[in-house]
Amino acid sequence: MAAADGTLADLCIVACSEAFRGNGEIIATGVGPIPRLAAGLAKLTHSPELMMTDGEAFLVEQPVPLGPRKYEDRKKAGYLPFSRFFDSAVWTGRRHAMVTPTQIDRYGQINLSQLGGTHQQPKTQMLGVRGFPGNTIYHPNSFFFPSHTTRVFVEKEVDMVSGVGYNPAKRIAGGNFSGVDLRTIVTNLCVLDFGGPDHSIRLVSLHPDVSIDEVLQSTGFPLSTGQTSETPLPTAEQIEIIQKLDPLNIRATVIKDNPPARRG
Amino acid sequence: MTLDKRMTTQEMVAGLQDGMTLGIGGWGPRRKPMALVREIMRSNLRDLTVVSYGGADVGMLCAAGKVKKLVFAFVSLDAIPLEPWFRKSREAGQIEVLELDEGMFQWGLKAAAFGLPFLPTRVGLGTDLAELGDLKTVQSPYADREVLIAMPALRLDAALIHVNRSDWRGNVQLFGADTYYDEWFAKAASKTFVSCEQLVDRIEDHYPDDAHANTFERCFVTGVTEIPCGAHPSSMPPLYGPDMKAFKAYADAAREPGDWSAVADIFVASDADAYLSSVGGREAVMNIPLAIY
Repeated sequence: MAAADGTLADLCIVACSEAFRGNGEIIATGVGPIPRLAAGLAKLTHSPELMMTDGEAFLVEQPVPLGPRKYEDRKKAGYLPFSRFFDSAVWTGRRHAMVTPTQIDRYGQINLSQLGGTHQQPKTQMLGVRGFPGNTIYHPNSFFFPSHTTRVFVEKEVDMVSGVGYNPAKRIAGGNFSGVDLRTIVTNLCVLDFGGPDHSIRLVSLHPDVSIDEVLQSTGFPLSTGQTSETPLPTAEQIEIIQKLDPLNIRATVIKDNPPARRG
Repeated sequence: MTLDKRMTTQEMVAGLQDGMTLGIGGWGPRRKPMALVREIMRSNLRDLTVVSYGGADVGMLCAAGKVKKLVFAFVSLDAIPLEPWFRKSREAGQIEVLELDEGMFQWGLKAAAFGLPFLPTRVGLGTDLAELGDLKTVQSPYADREVLIAMPALRLDAALIHVNRSDWRGNVQLFGADTYYDEWFAKAASKTFVSCEQLVDRIEDHYPDDAHANTFERCFVTGVTEIPCGAHPSSMPPLYGPDMKAFKAYADAAREPGDWSAVADIFVASDADAYLSSVGGREAVMNIPLAIY
């Protein structure tokens, strides 16, 4: 029955798509296969008002499938190049991004820049902060992690704070942090949000056959746990839409061994 | 007497000096003035402060030891997410950095373009950027009293940009889906050197219908030079895409042999013509498909 229930990747796409529900007319940006498919699924099912790009410069009303295609094989409905991305989407707050940082801590602070060492000489140089500082102070953000471990959900603070979280020590007096709005975290084990005391990270649902202990042991900091449910399995209709958006099954490469939604 | 800004790439580089702050247009592996970067690689210039939405331009200037300080928000080759030569340089602690958010970066260019010392922004608050970059705050003088980061102007001594077309007077035309922040690099700089795919004498006699593609005005252009395929291996839409084969060879070389001096000749070549033939010639580059994102 595993095939009928879909894969864990499908389940995560559906869970991620819920983050975009009811967001209104904003740019839904999913970076990476699962967040991107999630944004497309949201637009094609419960939230048609969402806006999104072709990944380059044009707004599309029909989400562009993943993988190779002809360059002009997209239906352009509008224009949102990087050259006006901050003016139109980020600094106006009209966007919700779902991304995969390298680290996240108990405050929701994220890191994409460097690991270990010093800023002058990092042990591992990664991408740089990219647009994370602006994204996190101006518009909603959610996260997807294909591998929920204590290396990602770190015990202390992240090595370099690239995105704003809810750390009181980082709140400069007089600064306006009203735009900080961290929403949903989906991993290969569970769904989390920031609904604990003082925006701490809270367990919302466990994926089928995952135990609370497994999640707690894979997380470097305490989680708020209370009433948790099971993350819903994808429906046949959702799987069909996902397949159309990802005809080459690129999503199968995201989570190790591409397991079924139910461990079985 | 006509206005004529034609120069050779050697003359452009001769207009630069050690220690200058140099802005490089484009974005990651897209629309990079790589022929001009390669001309710098052939020169003795050093101690540069490079301001760039970085790709292989940053990687190779770092690898050759020409960079004293880098102002960046990312350095990436897209399909090869981590720029390997930049990474080596950083992990060896060889360069100073000012790390910025992508939006702060263009805000700094705009401050420079407008002759302002800084522009205020909320971006950077709550992250490590302000402390690491020694960025100061300002307080709104109005009733809200909001505290903001004062993003300092990123004043450029010179900017390098690759465009689709120009005429002798520096009337440029930029095509492709996105021209990124090229216009702001031009306006933030004391001098702007432009290479182009196609150079014509009087653009109004040839392409008047494309005047809307003049994204920055010729008063911001110091010199122009025609270098077909001058963005290679980066992309130059709508003409050609990124040369992923060339990027892969460049990235592989960072592991083996891992020494820039051993491979510099391959990735820089003796001049623009020699470089173009070494990568298969004009027709081959023009046939590289555009990137699908």
